[in-house]
Amino acid sequence: MKKRSLILLIGAALILAFSATGLWAEEKAAPAAEGGEYHVGCIFAITGKASWLGEPERNTAEMVAKEINDAGGINGKKLVLHIEDDQGDNTQAVNAVNKLIKKDKVCAIIGPSTSGTSMAVVPIAQEAQIPLISCAGAAVIVEPVAERKWIFKVPQKDSDCVRRIYDHMTSKGIKDIGIITTTSGFGGAGRDQLKKIAEEYAIKIVADETYDPTATDMTAQLVKIKNAGAQAVVNWSIEPAQSIVPQNMKQLKMTIPLYQSHGFGNIKYAQAAGDAGEGIIFPAGRLLAVDTVSDDDPQKKVLVSYRDKYEKTYSDKVSTFGGHAYDALWILANALKKVGDDPAKLRDEIEKTEFVGTAGVFKFSPADHCGLDKTAFEMLTVKDGKFVVLKE
Amino acid sequence: MDQPAHILSDILQFIFMGLQRGSIYALAAMGFNMIYNATGIINFAQGEFVVLGGLMMVTLSTALSLSIPVAFVLTTLFVTVVGICMERFTINPVKHPTVLRLIIITIAVSIIIKGAAMCLWGKNSHFMRHFSSSETWEIYGATILPQTIWIIGILLCIVAGYIFFFNYTMTGKCMRACAINRDAARLAGINDRKMVMLSFALSAGIGAIAGIIITPIIQMDYTRGALLGIKGFGAAVLGGLGNSMGAVIAGILIGILEAMAAGYVSSHYMDAIALIILLAVLFVKPSGIFGSAEAMRLKEF
Repeated sequence: MKKRSLILLIGAALILAFSATGLWAEEKAAPAAEGGEYHVGCIFAITGKASWLGEPERNTAEMVAKEINDAGGINGKKLVLHIEDDQGDNTQAVNAVNKLIKKDKVCAIIGPSTSGTSMAVVPIAQEAQIPLISCAGAAVIVEPVAERKWIFKVPQKDSDCVRRIYDHMTSKGIKDIGIITTTSGFGGAGRDQLKKIAEEYAIKIVADETYDPTATDMTAQLVKIKNAGAQAVVNWSIEPAQSIVPQNMKQLKMTIPLYQSHGFGNIKYAQAAGDAGEGIIFPAGRLLAVDTVSDDDPQKKVLVSYRDKYEKTYSDKVSTFGGHAYDALWILANALKKVGDDPAKLRDEIEKTEFVGTAGVFKFSPADHCGLDKTAFEMLTVKDGKFVVLKE
Repeated sequence: MDQPAHILSDILQFIFMGLQRGSIYALAAMGFNMIYNATGIINFAQGEFVVLGGLMMVTLSTALSLSIPVAFVLTTLFVTVVGICMERFTINPVKHPTVLRLIIITIAVSIIIKGAAMCLWGKNSHFMRHFSSSETWEIYGATILPQTIWIIGILLCIVAGYIFFFNYTMTGKCMRACAINRDAARLAGINDRKMVMLSFALSAGIGAIAGIIITPIIQMDYTRGALLGIKGFGAAVLGGLGNSMGAVIAGILIGILEAMAAGYVSSHYMDAIALIILLAVLFVKPSGIFGSAEAMRLKEF
């Protein structure tokens, strides 16, 4: 083979590999800056493989901002959102945060959508001393608090999610479990928590499997879990893969219960799994099963109002993830109202916030930058293609 | 807790899994080869044909609730027309077609198709029901989906059709003539431009079928094309570029290797292991397992 053709061949392979990462960028023109505006940065995975997180978040942020501005803004000042799309990619997230801080001069940032991208931008926000409210699940985003002075997050913690799952398993007498997680930031963090907390509950992990976020077939991993004699499976991912795992389990005739993480909180994935998805158990915020939440629950009012407004505006089903943007933006807006747009004052104010949101009742403190405990989770299950509160 | 009884059923399970994914790589690789033979280029939009097939099938069979066979035929026709349009509007008008120029064009087309698919179908993963029942069959302790049988069956039909077309029909023979020596074929009165168009049509059609049959199992979204393209390209190279039967065997081989790697080594490095083996083969035999070194030397690319 000629040398030239070898080079061409390698070049061709490289181009294919690059095109796999996707090169779409979505820029939003910010309105011309005038006096009397608060500039807030938003960074979501609006396109790409985590777009189902970022899209409802973007929609919600725009909806809330419009609501605030229609009511006369904050302290008479207009709230201007600078929305960036990181495509769920770490490099793009870092670039976007740098742009928001240096070019758009934002006073605070909401997002990113995924744990991986959040971890990537933590050092930048820390160094620039700009408050960042992440919309991703992993507890490590805000821990240890001493090294996360400027970082907050609104979704429930993955460690609390693990505790709720293990509570439920213990009540069912399940001792030996198999875990299967993605290699993404969310899956990796979940895997660490699952292994760490298992000791507290005397639960034994008999098989520990992982898969690539783009994987489409988890049969091989599940065969290993099956052979290891697990009494239950825990799948930890946010990708479409979570609807493939139940299908693969059905294919292998595995009848042991399947637990999923709070990342399962999108009814489309339950529906994608078809009848294989029935009976999946997972902890999630109460937003997903609003109708089965009791009327005296403190969250009921905010949940119903957010769901109705979102579903009316976008004629799409509400998801937990849009709720995170709702919580983050309102927490920030309340802080802006009290202390204005000085980043340091904002940070101090957010740290004192108590707020009833979609994810739970927040109570931030210098020791807790998440503000939620495990009661923010409710155990849900899939019944007839719908999310319902799990009784017992 | 490894019991001997597991060993056989596990191997069988991984082979089924490998056959299922390998068949798709094989079909993608056949598409690559068809266009390569006609034009000497790699069509980077090949993976996009697979995605279009899958997405269109979901729309026709789910949203418009057409029956599976009708939706199958319509989807294949639709993507074939997309392939023809691609050739007529982007490849054919090029005045001085060099390999590099044409390759860049196919990359542009793949980006356009990907963007269009995102706008038309949205960013969600789309799913559809299996062709027949989704209840699995058990063979020696391993389970197989009826859909996997469909996939393997359809692959075999396409291979049979391919052999018949290229060996026993005039058009097929003309295409082969063009692949062997385009100038000589033209001198013999074959319309080589038409053959190029035909190769795009066939390769788009095969890509569409690959997308249609795999969608019930893996779901489909607009970003899937690139990865399917890489695996298909890998199969095409491993089988020897231009050798479609080699591509089929290589595709299935890569699929089974991946499944074995996931089952016995680590699911984490599944893709890497398959590609490392691919590289190793290419170092030893750069023309691919079934490619002829002699023929390779005569080609531009």
